[in-house]
Amino acid sequence: MQYHRPATFEDAVTLAAGAQGVTRFLAGGTDVLVQMRSDIVTPDTLIDIKAIPGTHDITRQEDGGWRIGVAVTGAEMREHAELDRDWPGLVEAMDLIGSTQVQGRATLTGNLCNASPAADSVPAMIAAGVTATITGPDGSRTAPVEEIPAGPGKTSLARGEMITALHVPPRGTGGGDAYLRFIPRTEMDIAVVGCGVNLVVEGDTITHARVTLGAVAPTAVLVHAAEDALVGRTLDEEALTALADLAEASCNPIDDKRGTIRFRTHVAGVLARRAAKIAYDRAKGAAK
Amino acid sequence: MSKLHVTTKVNGDTVEFLCDPRETLLDVLRDRLGLTGAKEGCGTGDCGACSVTVDGRLVCSCLMLGAEAEGKEIATVEGIAEGGALHPLQKKFIEYAALQCGICTPGILVAAKNLLEKTPDPTEEQVRYWLAGNLCRCTGYDKIIRAVMDTAAEMREAS
Ligand SMILES: Cc1cc2nc3c(=O)[nH]c(=O)nc-3n(C[C@H](O)[C@H](O)[C@H](O)COP(=O)(O)OP(=O)(O)OC[C@H]3O[C@@H](n4cnc5c(N)ncnc54)[C@H](O)[C@@H]3O)c2cc1C
Ligand code: FES
Ligand code: FES
Repeated sequence: MQYHRPATFEDAVTLAAGAQGVTRFLAGGTDVLVQMRSDIVTPDTLIDIKAIPGTHDITRQEDGGWRIGVAVTGAEMREHAELDRDWPGLVEAMDLIGSTQVQGRATLTGNLCNASPAADSVPAMIAAGVTATITGPDGSRTAPVEEIPAGPGKTSLARGEMITALHVPPRGTGGGDAYLRFIPRTEMDIAVVGCGVNLVVEGDTITHARVTLGAVAPTAVLVHAAEDALVGRTLDEEALTALADLAEASCNPIDDKRGTIRFRTHVAGVLARRAAKIAYDRAKGAAK
Repeated sequence: MSKLHVTTKVNGDTVEFLCDPRETLLDVLRDRLGLTGAKEGCGTGDCGACSVTVDGRLVCSCLMLGAEAEGKEIATVEGIAEGGALHPLQKKFIEYAALQCGICTPGILVAAKNLLEKTPDPTEEQVRYWLAGNLCRCTGYDKIIRAVMDTAAEMREAS
């Protein structure tokens, strides 16, 4: 295995595009090192991106949105009070990943590109409308994060392409997001179901809604119909029931020892209700 | 395979070593630097027995490569006592019998010290969540939590 620590994204992309065999980028390494250790994936080329300037920064953009560097850790997001005020759901989703020790290393980009169906930050990112800058040998492009995972352990990134930054949209007024997951214990487990909700309200009326589910299909699911079902209404019992039904109908889960199809589907509806209530309260300005 | 040359600081001392690119920081600490305090319980980030801090940040040394230590400041359990004087946490762990076999103890001491530096007055819930990635198969955790809470109280009084 060759270990590289390039000082620029250009060098990183050149290395990745020219490498033979299995290539991995090394952000926090909390997936890469586990896979090496378990002999699941042993890269021939490992490209450590953490020496590239700017990769550790969380930066407020002119439009009020955020740029999150590809080496920013969960712990750094949790400690960033302003980011947490704008996007508490995104921050809490990242914060659920692993232990304090894992938080000291794990990144949003790594969680996205590892492409686990149960990745916790991914439903929250999709709900928030996060986009990624992707850079490859032929230049850069921008894509919504939901286009990146392509199936368990697979991404849509071409050989030599990497993510160079994540962009969280401006929160604006009247917005609130939330993420909930079900696990059989309180810490250190993999989501059986995860649910992200991002709402914007005017008064009590919902004007924008994005609802996502994790761990109920090969990639995170955007519940498209939820937008129509919620926009223009208040979050009353009828709206919540409609939302739960839509969430259940969007599930295509697997049956395994961690949850049956029936259980996962039911829990998706329950979490959608609960996460929507939290997001709605936050949107209406409730203190977190 | 060519070896990498790495310069880093461990417990305040500058150290240099050569390592294979696949070696973890835990391998390097134990096998190249003779610092066997950090333990390997799992090698996959689940148990926390290998906990160290890197530039003040708590991490699992089994989930970091030795090569990544270049230019960093590492702190391990060996640096907690000052000379012969035990750290208040170490004294309380003995007083409360917060260890039995001791495999988890170095990682828990490093993690708890890191918590108290950031949060001198933690709630019990905060301590339990902070240490959720440090598994102990012997004590049942209660004595560990009480030892940490009591250390925090004593250190607040002393400062
Ligand atoms: C004990 C433990 C508990 C965990 N618990 C959870 C949990 O509860 N929920 C959860 O979702 N995950 C969990 N994980 C998995 C893991 O911590 C997360 O997926 C984490 O966010 C990965 O980020 P990383 O920076 O460590 O990624 P890395 O391991 O560095 O990289 C992961 C993948 O992303 C690719 N990659 C990294 N950066 C880029 C880039 N800039 N461009 C393109 N590709 C890139 C790498 O090539 C690799 O394939 C856990 C892991 C451990 C060890
Ligand atoms: S040995 Fe590192 S977490 Fe278990
Ligand atoms: S004392 Fe034996 S594992 Fe904790």
